[in-house]
Amino acid sequence: MPRVGLFIPCYVDQLYPQVGMATLELLERFGCDVEFPSAQTCCGQPMANTGCTNDARPLAEKFLSIFKDYEYVVCPSGSCTAMVTHHYEELLHGQPGYEELRKKTFELCEFLVDVLKVTKVEGRFPYKVGLHNSCHGLRELRLGSSSEMMVERFNKAGQLLSGLEGIELVPLKRPDECCGFGGTFAVAEEAVSCMMGLDRIHDHEQAGADVMTAGDMSCLMHMYGLITRQKKPIQVMHVAEILAGRQPAAARS
Amino acid sequence: MSDTLTVHHEHPDNATEFVADDSRAHWHDQSLWFVRSKRDKAASTLPEWEELRNRASGIKRHAMSRLADYLEEFERNATKLGVTVHWARTPAEHNQIVLDILQKHNAKKVVKSKSMLTEECHLNPFLERNGVEVVDTDLGEWIVQLRHEPPSHIVMPAIHIKREEIGELFHKHLGTEAGATDPPYLVNAARDELRRKFLNADVGITGVNFAIAETGGFVVCTNEGNADLGVSLPKVHIACMGIEKIIPRAADLGIFLRLLARSATGQPITTYSSHFHGPMAGGEMHIILVDNGRSAILSSPDFRRSLNCIRCGACMNTCPVYRRSGGHSYETTVPGPIGSILAPSRDAKTHKSLPFACSLCGSCSDVCPVKIDLHTQLLTWRKEIAVRGYLPLSKRLSMKFARILLGSTWLFTTAGRIGRWLVPKLPRFMVYNRLNAWGKQRELPPMPRQSFRELYRARKNQAGKK
Repeated sequence: MPRVGLFIPCYVDQLYPQVGMATLELLERFGCDVEFPSAQTCCGQPMANTGCTNDARPLAEKFLSIFKDYEYVVCPSGSCTAMVTHHYEELLHGQPGYEELRKKTFELCEFLVDVLKVTKVEGRFPYKVGLHNSCHGLRELRLGSSSEMMVERFNKAGQLLSGLEGIELVPLKRPDECCGFGGTFAVAEEAVSCMMGLDRIHDHEQAGADVMTAGDMSCLMHMYGLITRQKKPIQVMHVAEILAGRQPAAARS
Repeated sequence: MSDTLTVHHEHPDNATEFVADDSRAHWHDQSLWFVRSKRDKAASTLPEWEELRNRASGIKRHAMSRLADYLEEFERNATKLGVTVHWARTPAEHNQIVLDILQKHNAKKVVKSKSMLTEECHLNPFLERNGVEVVDTDLGEWIVQLRHEPPSHIVMPAIHIKREEIGELFHKHLGTEAGATDPPYLVNAARDELRRKFLNADVGITGVNFAIAETGGFVVCTNEGNADLGVSLPKVHIACMGIEKIIPRAADLGIFLRLLARSATGQPITTYSSHFHGPMAGGEMHIILVDNGRSAILSSPDFRRSLNCIRCGACMNTCPVYRRSGGHSYETTVPGPIGSILAPSRDAKTHKSLPFACSLCGSCSDVCPVKIDLHTQLLTWRKEIAVRGYLPLSKRLSMKFARILLGSTWLFTTAGRIGRWLVPKLPRFMVYNRLNAWGKQRELPPMPRQSFRELYRARKNQAGKK
């Protein structure tokens, strides 16, 4: 039984507990022994992406000490996973245990597909779904092929979702355009950020999606904010929620 | 005007202004996305696309690692072909060299094909101050020249201007019919006027896309043939190039030509790829090699790869921020992702907001034909800007605060509990006001009663009791 340390992004812990629960249930369903080490807070990405390396370092060190003894570390966020696997190098270079941590940390869909070799998730989700490919998951973790690259097409979240009964993944005009969240970018470049978000939502609407899903709740938090302000009917759900069998909160027809 | 951009604004302020005209911002976004889509189609026709990118990146990195040697080899071979090679450390030196050549020939009229380097050096205003008439003969560049504006894109300088506005501009300057917007009609009017400029020019200036060390020759890529025309009629040709334009061998050229036009506009190749190997009979050819900060970039391991750039503009076309904020919002000669790396290398304080004009989506890095790690370099610039103390106080303080809050599990969970309890109870004006940039157009997420860790603990206790 794989022993998994559950890495829940700080804002998911506080604001989206249902996404954490869905992740936990999903991992348990596929036979993992999951533990949430309660000392964890944040991986330090907000500071690192603002350029404040010295403010990020203590959090990276704290993260390493909390997670270093697990067999695997799994996280329902491409962005936070990429922080550990791609950007901790600079903060933790040469520290004992970091190299191992980097290799055993996975984003949820990546872990299900590549480590647990899950080919089909049982369940039913009879809705039209637009998959928003969150950027760090796509272009840093390579959870799917990016539209810019001329490589064989694949998509790990899409592969898992398409196994659900009744689901229809709708084609988007721009398959992997950024939603404009971008951490502090969302407030520092508020105008562009919101325009990007609205354009992203519109792409899902024109494709007829009932639900927008993504591997990162941060993108969805940003778009939920815009959707709610504009009273649009489209809903947002994390990939883990859909895979764990949750249904849209208010199925509007 | 490009030489009078002395008052610098932060990118978010310029972007906010651009976005405020929603229909124009969307038009701009869609125009550039159309070019990006054409690029995707063109790239997908080559099964070896990714291999070409690898090769091109490798050749450029190699060339940069031995730049001095290749430049000297180029100088030797170009000299053998009868070309006069000049070296310029700064824009001022470059401009003076051009002026000296013009004065030697008593030249008063110059036609210039597209050259971002001469934009970078602000050559036009310098020559005009010295009594020389310069005409940009690339249609887009000529349009922005008539409007007294800098280009907003390095390949499509007038991409920010609508057809109707060009009609008005030509009506004013060329006497075309008022209200005319028909592209062939406007293009013909421009062609007639430019033809006169070509015929009367004393000297032709071009940029350089690729300079080949092995042969001493160089290549200029255009779609309008304006480079050929501009240097075929006058007897004197001055070619201006940044020192990073060098490639080692003639055999390398094919790789870059295949990548350049596909990445830039989605064409298999530019309409004209003009090869120059020495002056015409009885004429003169000059090449000016310009540094202007490139050696400094070369000495930095973090930013060295930005010199791989072949100025295709693909990173601009794909950048979701560039598309929605316009090239002028960057207030640099080269805008977009690559410009946001190059500009701080010259003046980090002035351009400190540019590396943050980016959501770190990484699309630029994946689209770049020479594999510059653009978004990683933008992130590295953010760190540099923080280290040099140019971060705004608000960002510095909020990150210090976040470090303290998130550094302690107790503080983090307590603050979370209080926030989740308090925010829904507050009157709306206390949550959504001027201080809350998030809430200007967005609602906050719903505040759940319990955090994940609380639910997890409850579930574990439940399981323990069973």
